[in-house]
Amino acid sequence: MTSVAESLGKTSVQPGPIARLFDWKPFLIVICLLPAVGLLTVFLTYPLGLGVWLSFTDTKIGRDGFFVGLENFASLARDPIFWLSVFNTIVYTALATVLKFGLGLWLALLLNEYMPFKALIRAIVLVPWIVPTVLSAMAFWWIYDPQFSIISYFFKDVVPIREQNFDFLGEPWPARLSLIAANVWRGIPFVAISLLAGLQTISPSLYEAAMLDGATGWQRFRYVTVPMLMPVLAVVLTFSVIFTFTDFQLVYAITRGGPNNATHLMATLAFQRGIPGGQLGEGAAIAVAMIPFLVAATLISYFGLARRKWQQGESND
Amino acid sequence: MTDAVQQVAAKPARTGVISWHSTPRRVATIYLPLACFVVVLLFPFYWMTITTLKPNHELYNYKDYNPFFVHSPTLVNVKKLLFDTEYPQWLFTTMSIAIAATVLSIFASVLAAYAIQRLRFRGSQWVGLAIYLAYLVPPSILFIPLATMVFKLGLYDSPFALILTYPTFLIPFCTWLLIGYFKSIPYELEECAMIDGATRLQILRKITLPLAVPGLISAGIFAFTLSWNEFIYALAFIQSSEKKTVPVAVLTQLVQGDDYQWGALMAGALFGSIPVALFYSFFVDYYVSSLTGAVKE
Amino acid sequence: MASVDIIDAAKSFGAVRVIKGVNIPIGDGEFVILVGPSGCGKSTLLRMIAGLEEISEGQIRIGSRVVNDVPPKERDIAMVFQNYALYPHMTVADNMAFSLKLKQAPKSEITAKVDRAAQILGLGPLLQRYPRQLSGGQRQRVAMGRAIVRDPQVFLFDEPLSNLDAKLRVQMRTEIKELHQRLKTTTIYVTHDQIEAMTMADRIVVMHDGIVEQMGVPLDLYDRPANLFVAGFIGSPAMNMIKGSIRNSSFETEKGNHLPLGNAPAASEGRRAIYGVRPEHIHLAGDGIPAEVVVVEPTGAETQVIVKAGGDELTCVFRERITAKPGETIRIAPELKVVHLFDADDGRRLSA
Ligand SMILES: Nc1ncnc2c1ncn2[C@@H]1O[C@H](COP(=O)(O)OP(=O)(O)O)[C@@H](O)[C@H]1O
Ligand SMILES: [Mg+2]
Repeated sequence: MTSVAESLGKTSVQPGPIARLFDWKPFLIVICLLPAVGLLTVFLTYPLGLGVWLSFTDTKIGRDGFFVGLENFASLARDPIFWLSVFNTIVYTALATVLKFGLGLWLALLLNEYMPFKALIRAIVLVPWIVPTVLSAMAFWWIYDPQFSIISYFFKDVVPIREQNFDFLGEPWPARLSLIAANVWRGIPFVAISLLAGLQTISPSLYEAAMLDGATGWQRFRYVTVPMLMPVLAVVLTFSVIFTFTDFQLVYAITRGGPNNATHLMATLAFQRGIPGGQLGEGAAIAVAMIPFLVAATLISYFGLARRKWQQGESND
Repeated sequence: MTDAVQQVAAKPARTGVISWHSTPRRVATIYLPLACFVVVLLFPFYWMTITTLKPNHELYNYKDYNPFFVHSPTLVNVKKLLFDTEYPQWLFTTMSIAIAATVLSIFASVLAAYAIQRLRFRGSQWVGLAIYLAYLVPPSILFIPLATMVFKLGLYDSPFALILTYPTFLIPFCTWLLIGYFKSIPYELEECAMIDGATRLQILRKITLPLAVPGLISAGIFAFTLSWNEFIYALAFIQSSEKKTVPVAVLTQLVQGDDYQWGALMAGALFGSIPVALFYSFFVDYYVSSLTGAVKE
Repeated sequence: MASVDIIDAAKSFGAVRVIKGVNIPIGDGEFVILVGPSGCGKSTLLRMIAGLEEISEGQIRIGSRVVNDVPPKERDIAMVFQNYALYPHMTVADNMAFSLKLKQAPKSEITAKVDRAAQILGLGPLLQRYPRQLSGGQRQRVAMGRAIVRDPQVFLFDEPLSNLDAKLRVQMRTEIKELHQRLKTTTIYVTHDQIEAMTMADRIVVMHDGIVEQMGVPLDLYDRPANLFVAGFIGSPAMNMIKGSIRNSSFETEKGNHLPLGNAPAASEGRRAIYGVRPEHIHLAGDGIPAEVVVVEPTGAETQVIVKAGGDELTCVFRERITAKPGETIRIAPELKVVHLFDADDGRRLSA
């Protein structure tokens, strides 16, 4: 009996009702999730739905639209510029992704070697990725200048293998490739540093075991490095594909879709039609047309990941 | 170069790693390609800087001046940027917006990550997954509907349009980063605190947050950088020059007509990059860890 | 201080029943050890007492208060975790003072209590250090100090010694025991190590698969294990167990050999049973059963010998030094007073 009295005496500070409420788990969970879920619902989920709705209307800037069914999509389907932008987006994404991952993996492997000043080099390598994309895009714009391109100068006057300046942005294919080069330049650091992190989680003893098993350098790469890197690769690939596919800044800064709409991506075309053009409904339809591609990319990498759960070791709780 | 080679050759066995490759081969297969990467990755910044510092007569005359170097450096372009444009104003706007969006996002993300990872309720994984998926929704497909919302809410051309929309990509990122950090804190610490008499909010404040400080810093600087670099929303929702953020302003306010003032433009690009680059140089390790941490989740 | 009563307590995680209804009365000031193989639900039960896991069925009382719906901080208990759970960002002193600060105790009281605990545990010089600057044993002491400072009704320990090396473990065992003798606080201690249980406990609760197999003072469990599980779990090396049946007041193994019985239980002729004898209860005897030596493992103080007798392998521990080589034959005899018999079907103890 005494023990009860004692125990009651000792739990001295009885919390007030508000403190009690905040210690009640269901209430606390709601409170904690409210800001994030609220903001995301209002400014992400709702606009996502609104975008789909807008794509079925003829909304213009300053005027609410009416439901027009599939009219926007029908007119896009007849619009060669739209199809060109789809083509450009796919080429841009495919080529840039292949190059980014090829070169990024190479750079990651180089950075994984022992060398002096490794941390410094790693830090330097990331710089293109942290600087605002438009601003580095402007540097590329200047580098691609028809008259004063430093690349032209280099190949004309330093190693004279060309007679004329390159016309980087004046013709469709050179312009596309120039944009892809700029995108690859900007994307390599992210890929390389992410894959480097993946590489560093591979235990050296695996390589030693493989070496004792008689594996050549290539075989070690093929049978140890690549499979162990797969989970990281899948995630990085998803991100990279999604953000390359929906890229806007580089094209907007360097060519604005020119010459003659030859380099419009879906995102820049959507912007062009929607904001300066004022055709919000049509712009939204172009943006919505990107969604199936994005969903497909996400699902592919998700299932790629799910298949490889064993590699994470611990089971996810 | 030869010097470096000799140095490397002088101490062959390093920290137990047996190198099977000879030194020349190492140079050819590792150092040379690496040097190429570094040169290519850094060249645009070098070119930006050089262009900024060149006087006009030198800038467009490759015959008499080797374009790879500056012969008579000048600060004219810098002076013009700093004093004849609204650059200081843009800088201030960008900074304020980035800080406000970061604080808002971190606040929301800390609470959300805590609820998902530490309060563990039925369906918490699904909320976590939903937030992860939110990260995969790119701004390019949101800006049109957001633009109509911004109009309707009367936020067009107001910094709040950006402060409220940036969290859409900051919160998912920060939440995932913080979930990773929280995960590394043993549950027993919180259980022990619970037995010690702490309420859940006290546990968050006195145990979980102090231990997640590196994560908070990572999330903070990352969110700040992402806000600083954001382009499409700032381009679409802001009209007045003085309210623009640096990346948008440099592109839209400095490019006028067809006669590009490359010196001034590159000065703008350079001075728009320097603040983030400085910021980055102070926090390199946090950037690397948050980048890789986010990927691993 | 208080008694703790666990009454028909059960715990399910989803559909999995981890604790299957246990009754454990714990007296005021008692030192009770829950022991059992890992995964048997010891930690879960302890966490139910602490309030970290909900109680699915039944009741737990601390003192006379039913605590099923009382949050951990109001149960007036202290717990020492396996990984110590020291707050890494607080000094030793702050770690110990944390609970008092939360209670808004006066500064003087906090200092006094922390100093007292530090003095009891010899932590004085370490008060301003951070946990990462301490050795394993010191961390362990800080974790106990944190519990002492609370002056709780009940101490709960969850495998507190398993992160320490063997030598330190023996030393801390003594320290914890002494601490209990000094403070006399009711203590519930979880371990999977039966030696720890035997040496420290006032009373042992052997758990297996979510149920209590046997409760009792350590030597009782050793002398009179209630069933096969306890017989095999308590004692090291483990008890030898041989299948067979009772015939003519002796034990006939399945392979047809005969082992002597002191006094067969009444009306058990022909009953299928299991014959249990501890290795240390087998002696060399000139007129014993012939057994072929398989392995000899001298430890210095004693010699462990594995022999084959009539097709059954037996482990024996002799005080004598054995010079026999593998393949040779020795003669052995069980000590009849301490031979155990268990029912072959349900494993229950047969001999009185
Ligand atoms: N939170 C949980 N959810 C589901 N199962 C659990 C949980 N905690 C413990 N278990 C299961 O309960 C059983 C008993 O666990 P535990 O009490 O930790 O065992 P012990 O401490 O005796 O080793 C184990 O099989 C374990 O897998
Ligand atoms: Mg346990």
